[in-house]
Amino acid sequence: MKITLKVFRFNPETDMEPHYDIFNVEANLNDRVLDCLNKIRWEQDSSLAYRMSCAHGICGSDAVSINGIPALACQKLIKDYDYTQELLIEPLKFFTIINDLIVDMEPFFKTIKSIHPNHPMQTQDKPPEKERHQSIEERGKINDAIKCILCGCCVAACPVILEQEQRFIGPAAILRSQKYIFDSRSTDVIERMKIMEKPYGIWGCKSYYMCTIVCPKKIKVTEQILKTKKKIIQELHPKSE
Amino acid sequence: MIHEYDVVVVGGGIAGLYTALTAAEHCRVAVVSKVHVTRSHSVAAQGGIAACLGNEEEDHWEWHMYDTIKGSDYLADQDAVEILAKEAPQAIIALENMGVPFTRNMQGKIEQRRFGGHTRNYGEAPVKRACYVSDRTGRAIMDTLYDRCQTIGVDFFNEVFILKLLFSGEHCCGVAGYDIASCKPEVFHAKAVVLATGGSGKIFKTTSNGFASTADGFAIAMDSLIPIEDMEFIQFHPTGIYGLGILISEAARAEGGVLRNGSGERFMERYAPTLKDLAPRDIISRAILNEIKEGRGVESKDFVHLDLTQIGKERLMEKLPEISSFVETYLGIDPSEKLIPVAPTCHYMMGGIPTDHKGRVLSGKTETAVPGLFAVGECACVSVHGANRLGCNSLIDLVVFGSRTGISVVKHAEEKELLSLPPHAENIVINKVNSLLSSNGNERSPVLRAAMQCVMTEKCSVFRNGDELEQTLDQICQLEKRMRNIGLENKGKVFNYELQEALELENMLKTARAIVFSALQRKESRGSHYRNDFPERNDQEEPRHSLVNLTPKALKVTYKPVFITRFTPEKRRY
Repeated sequence: MKITLKVFRFNPETDMEPHYDIFNVEANLNDRVLDCLNKIRWEQDSSLAYRMSCAHGICGSDAVSINGIPALACQKLIKDYDYTQELLIEPLKFFTIINDLIVDMEPFFKTIKSIHPNHPMQTQDKPPEKERHQSIEERGKINDAIKCILCGCCVAACPVILEQEQRFIGPAAILRSQKYIFDSRSTDVIERMKIMEKPYGIWGCKSYYMCTIVCPKKIKVTEQILKTKKKIIQELHPKSE
Repeated sequence: MIHEYDVVVVGGGIAGLYTALTAAEHCRVAVVSKVHVTRSHSVAAQGGIAACLGNEEEDHWEWHMYDTIKGSDYLADQDAVEILAKEAPQAIIALENMGVPFTRNMQGKIEQRRFGGHTRNYGEAPVKRACYVSDRTGRAIMDTLYDRCQTIGVDFFNEVFILKLLFSGEHCCGVAGYDIASCKPEVFHAKAVVLATGGSGKIFKTTSNGFASTADGFAIAMDSLIPIEDMEFIQFHPTGIYGLGILISEAARAEGGVLRNGSGERFMERYAPTLKDLAPRDIISRAILNEIKEGRGVESKDFVHLDLTQIGKERLMEKLPEISSFVETYLGIDPSEKLIPVAPTCHYMMGGIPTDHKGRVLSGKTETAVPGLFAVGECACVSVHGANRLGCNSLIDLVVFGSRTGISVVKHAEEKELLSLPPHAENIVINKVNSLLSSNGNERSPVLRAAMQCVMTEKCSVFRNGDELEQTLDQICQLEKRMRNIGLENKGKVFNYELQEALELENMLKTARAIVFSALQRKESRGSHYRNDFPERNDQEEPRHSLVNLTPKALKVTYKPVFITRFTPEKRRY
C-alpha cells in the first residue's frame, strides 16, 4: 500500500524559509510512522533529519508532531491515522527548529535540571548499610511520575508555554519534581516545593489537560500537578486554606 | 574544540553514568554520548537486577556465583563472578539510597522475583533474586543516575560521536570525535578514558537493541590494536516480538508466562525439566528454533507463542505494564486474552574489550593494562558472563563494575599527570569526516547494512557451522571492500545522519568480521555459540577465552585460559 507523507523541511545551511516535501512510501498498516521516515531517509532522501534510538517508545528520542498532535513516531502506527489522506509530519511546536524534524532540546533539559536543589558535593565516607523501607502504598504515589521518558510531547502541547512566551517550566519538569516531592524517602521536599513556586513555575499551570491527552506513556500529568499544588498549599501556605 | 578533564567517559548508559558519578565525587568528569544520554539503550532494560538480598527467601552469594558460572557454560572468570555476586547486594543498597524507586513487598523491602537460570541451592529450583521497578528497571535506574549527575556536576556532551582513541606513546590520553549538530571536531584531553559504549545488536536484522547499538567501542578499540575477547558469544533473547524483535522480558515468564509451540504444548518441559521456561536464554532460544525446525512452530511458521493469559489482567498491569502496552501497540493484542508470537532476537554481547576487575583495559595475552584506558558495561569483557549471560546479571554488572571502574579512574587521575595530545588531534577527525562528505562512489550504506544484517542473521546467529561461517567471513570482507566505494548524497554538516550511519556501518562491519572470525575458530559448542559441526563442548582441554586482533593485514586469534576457582566444569543440565 502506498501512503503519502507531507514532511516539514528546513535546512539551516541553505534555506531561508521552511517548506514541505511530499513523499510516497510503500507501507503496511502495522508499520510505525518511524519506519516510514526511515524508508524516506534510506531510499529517497538521505538528508531528512530526525532523531531516533530505541524505536519502541521507551527512550523518548523521536517525538514529532503528527497531523498536528505531538507523538512518538515509533509508537504510532499507520493504521492509527486516516492513511488515505496525507500524513503531516512536523517538528514539535514551541521548540526551536534546527534541521527538519530536529529541535533544540537543551532548553527542555534545562528545565529538568532546574527542579533540583543545589546540593553541595557529598562524599560518602561510609557506604550505606541497608535499604530504606517504603510501603507499597507510599511507593505507589510516584508510580505515574516514574513512567516519564522526557520526550517533550507534553511541553509541545501545553497552551501555557505559548501564553507565557516559553518561560513556563512546563509539565515534564513539574512531573519530575513530583517524583521527588512525593517520594517518602526524600529529605528535601520543602526546598523542592519552593523551587516549584518560582516565577513561571507550577502556578502557571491552568489545567488545560493537553499534557495528559498527548502523553505517550499515558501519565495523568495534570492530576499529578494538581496533587503537587495541593501539597504545596498545605505544607508551605497552611493559613491560606 | 579541545576540552580538558581528569576523566572522559564515552557513552552515557548506566555503566557510563555510574562510573562518572563515582569519579565525580573526586575529580572533573565529562560524559560524551552520541545520543542525548537519557536516550541510551540502558533505558530499555526491563525485568530486573540480580542480587542475593534474600528479601523474599533464603539466598546466598555462592548460589548466585554458581548460577552465573553454570549459566556462562564455565567460560566466565570465576574470580570476577565472585566479585559480582558478593558485591551485588551492596550495589542495590547504593542504588536504593540514591533514590531508585524499586518495587516493594509487603514488608516495605525491595521486592524480588524469579529470573532465568537463578536458582537456590546450586540448581534445585528457581529463586527470587531479581530486584526490579515493574518492567522499567533500566529506565528508573537511568533517571535516578541522570538526576544525580546533574546535582553533583558531571558535564555532558550530548550528540558527539567519538571516532578515535588518542595516545601519548603507550598511554591513552583522550578521544576525538565530532559534534553531530555541526560536524565540528571535538577533542577530549584527559588523564583517563572510559569506554562505556554498549553493544552491537544492529549487526543483525532482528534485535532488541536500539539504533545506537552499532559496535562503536569494539571498533575504536580494535583500531588502536587492542584485542577483543570472546566475540563469538552473542546472546539471542528467546522472546522478541515476532518480526520486530522488541523485547518481552523474561520477567513475563517469571510471573507465570509459558512458551507454547504450534500444538499448544509447553515444550520447555522437554528441554529443561527442572527450570522449564526459566532456563537460561541460550537453551530456550535453541529450543524454540528446534521446535520451528521440526515443524512445531505456530501455523508451521518461524515463531512460537508466549502465553501470559494465566497471569491475569490486574497482575499484568501491575508487574508488566510496559510490555503489555508494547504488545497492545504493535500487535493489537491484549496479552491477558491472547497469545503473543515470539522468536529469538539479538540481545547482548557477552564478549568485548578485555578488562581486569578495576575496569582497566588489558592489551592481550600478557594481561598488562593499557595505561589510561578503561572499559565498562556491555562493551567490556571482565568476564562475568562467559558464553551466556543470565538475565538481570547485566544491570548488576554495570553497577558493580561501574563503581569499581569509577574508583580506579580516580586513583589513576590522582597519580598521573595529563600527558600531551598527539599533534593535530582534531585533524584526524576532520580528515575522516571530510573524506566521507566528499565521497562520490556508487555504494550506499543502507544497502550494505541490510546485506550485512541479512548474512549475519542467516549464518552467524543461534546455529552456526564452519562452511557457512567461511562464506560469511568472505561476504563481510566483500562488504568492507564495497564500503570503500561509498558515496554520500547529503553533504550537509548539521545532523547529517547519512554521514553518521556510514561511520557506524564501518564500525559494525569491522566488528562483524571479528565475530565471524572468532566463531569460525572456536570448534566446539558452548553457551550461546553452537556449532552444528561441533555440537559438543570441548572438555578435553581447559576452557579458554578467545582474543581477536586486528593486525594491519588480517585478523588473528589467540587464547587465554579461563580463571577457575570454585566450580569445575560439569555437564550443564537444567
